[in-house]
Amino acid sequence: MKLKKILPQFLTLLFIVLIFGFFTMNAQENMDTRGIEFGFGFLKQEASFDIQFSLIDYDGSKSYARAYLVGLLNTLLVSAIGIVLCTILGVVIGVARLSPNYLINRTASVYIEFFRNIPLLLQIFFWYFAALRALPMPEDASLLLGTSYMTIKGLYTPAPIWNNFDVFLISLIVSLVIIFFFNRYAKRKQEDAGIQYPKFLISLAIFVIIPAFTFIFGGVDLQWSFPELKQLAKTSFTYEGGVGIPPELIALTLALTLYTATFIAENVRAGIQGIGKGQKEAAASIGLTPGQVLKLVIMPQALRIIIPPTTNQYLNLTKNSSLAAAIAYPDLVLVFAGTAMMQTGRAIEIVAITMATYLTISLSISLFMNWYNKSIAIKEK
Amino acid sequence: MFKYLKQLTSLVAMVAVLFTFTTETMAAKKSKTLKNTQKKGFVRCGVSQGLPGFSNADAAGNWTGVDVDVCRAVAAAVLGDASKVKYTPLSAKERFTALTSGEIDILSRNTTWTLSRDADIGLTFVGVNFYDGQGFMVRKSSGITSTSQFKNGISACTNIGTTTELNMRDFFNSKGISYTPVAFEKADEVVAAYDAGRCDTYTTDKSGLAAQRTKMSNPDEHIVLPETISKEPLGPVVRQGDSVWEDIVRWSLNTMIEAEEYGITSGNADMMKSSDNPAIKRLVGAEGEMGAAFGLDNDWNYRIITQVGNYGESYKRNIADTGILPDRGPNELWTKGGILYVPPSR
Repeated sequence: MKLKKILPQFLTLLFIVLIFGFFTMNAQENMDTRGIEFGFGFLKQEASFDIQFSLIDYDGSKSYARAYLVGLLNTLLVSAIGIVLCTILGVVIGVARLSPNYLINRTASVYIEFFRNIPLLLQIFFWYFAALRALPMPEDASLLLGTSYMTIKGLYTPAPIWNNFDVFLISLIVSLVIIFFFNRYAKRKQEDAGIQYPKFLISLAIFVIIPAFTFIFGGVDLQWSFPELKQLAKTSFTYEGGVGIPPELIALTLALTLYTATFIAENVRAGIQGIGKGQKEAAASIGLTPGQVLKLVIMPQALRIIIPPTTNQYLNLTKNSSLAAAIAYPDLVLVFAGTAMMQTGRAIEIVAITMATYLTISLSISLFMNWYNKSIAIKEK
Repeated sequence: MFKYLKQLTSLVAMVAVLFTFTTETMAAKKSKTLKNTQKKGFVRCGVSQGLPGFSNADAAGNWTGVDVDVCRAVAAAVLGDASKVKYTPLSAKERFTALTSGEIDILSRNTTWTLSRDADIGLTFVGVNFYDGQGFMVRKSSGITSTSQFKNGISACTNIGTTTELNMRDFFNSKGISYTPVAFEKADEVVAAYDAGRCDTYTTDKSGLAAQRTKMSNPDEHIVLPETISKEPLGPVVRQGDSVWEDIVRWSLNTMIEAEEYGITSGNADMMKSSDNPAIKRLVGAEGEMGAAFGLDNDWNYRIITQVGNYGESYKRNIADTGILPDRGPNELWTKGGILYVPPSR
């Protein structure tokens, strides 16, 4: 009886091991006959290619490992911006979809149906190639908000120049710690004695006042370096000074945000509609304001429905960011699984590293969202 | 109990089959590619995704170009029919993996011969069918006529996964110019972005610049700067480890070049069979046993010349007559002031 249970499992395991063994052996043998060696030593070699846009100090004299890091950070950057923006847009559109105002809810539906049903790669091409052509050349660009220029070569904005930035950073951290303890204190007071503080206003005040003081006493100083037009040739211009945000990043962020927000909007709508009408009426009957009803009764319950599918969308957005390769945004796939793979010829090693990296990012997002989901779940008392 | 025994036997049988497979392929290693090609009935050739003059497909899906002609020559030699080629369009990034993984048998895709590619990644370059060098294209209206007018902050569009990316860095570094590289995966996107004004200059091999210029919305608005910043010997590549196949591809290309040297064309090859010059007779299969060393018949080179033509015919048809690069420059025979020089067929 016990054998009957174990044998099929053992055979399955054996089968899987043999299959993997066969593929490894096959790959090994073919690599041997073609004189390809397996190893990760190439990561230390000089990369000798430059990258358009990097968050850390990089040029071609650095190693392939450093180029990998540049690509990884660029992927994380576009994913992080995309996740924040699509969450905000998704919630707004999701709530708008439930609005009693006909015009608002129709507009939201049209937006969702339109962007959800066009392939993402096509949208990226649209934003990059079609929208890019409509932008002015640097010399024709007009001033945006008095400080920035939106051109075909990217968005040029003023760059902050800090004095004693570390002091400012510490003050930010200190103020966040104080806010955390204040909120814990306020919560206990409310539970013990029923006293309510204006928590949000006081937190905001702490967050503004403490860092502000460092400008007066901590020697912190902030100045701006503004972009200035520079002539490269008779009809060729660019901007110098300030920060140049490449149009590839803007197009990719726009496409990912607009696409993913449609799915999040539908999750939000489903979450809110999933809460019984009775809940709302009961909350209103004990004298809560509509704002309090949403904040204290509807949202905590709706979030439990919204979070799991939204986690999926965050993962999709991160993985979809690899379409960046099509429009020259130097993400992990373009820099590492593209240029680095080509220059070294180490296809197996590089694809393995890239796959492991995406897996790690996705599992991290998943773990964090599962933890968050658990923290807002109903706690039985 | 019997049931599981049966499962076990089938599993063991399967494993046994897998092992015999591997040992068998090892035994037949020596000239596997030739055997497979003859069995399949077509040559598997990796080409570009569309580079006029080198490898480009027309609306009906017919491929033409000097790179394509190398594959056609091999098909004529090995299979007796130059049209028996299956083309696989590849991006710069995919090309070597496609070759080493066995998806194609010849890579004839304007690929630069370098030490690291030849020695490191399981490839063997068999020769040079086009001597090229990297250059820059700019808009005429910019007034730039030389790379010495480049200034800090210039942005340059190019392809990823090419020697271009590395040469560009060397060039700008040696001049002390700071630049922004904008690197795309596909050539069409590079052209579109440069054409839209995203970059001040577009850099790749000069032949590529000349070819891509014909695709721009208004070709007359752009010029290729005179400076050449690198050596780019382009040629066909095969997988490492099949020296017979390597020889076949090498000598198919050499035959085309040497045929031009001796004035043998697709038109007069028949007459040349009765020439007095033994070197000419060897090139059209009328003397010697030139094919035997590869395991081919004696008419293999005759078929290349009659079906594909010599190198000069191929150049004229694909590159000169299409207006891409009417002047042959270094790609002229050594006897006429160029650097095309191949070992003798004897």
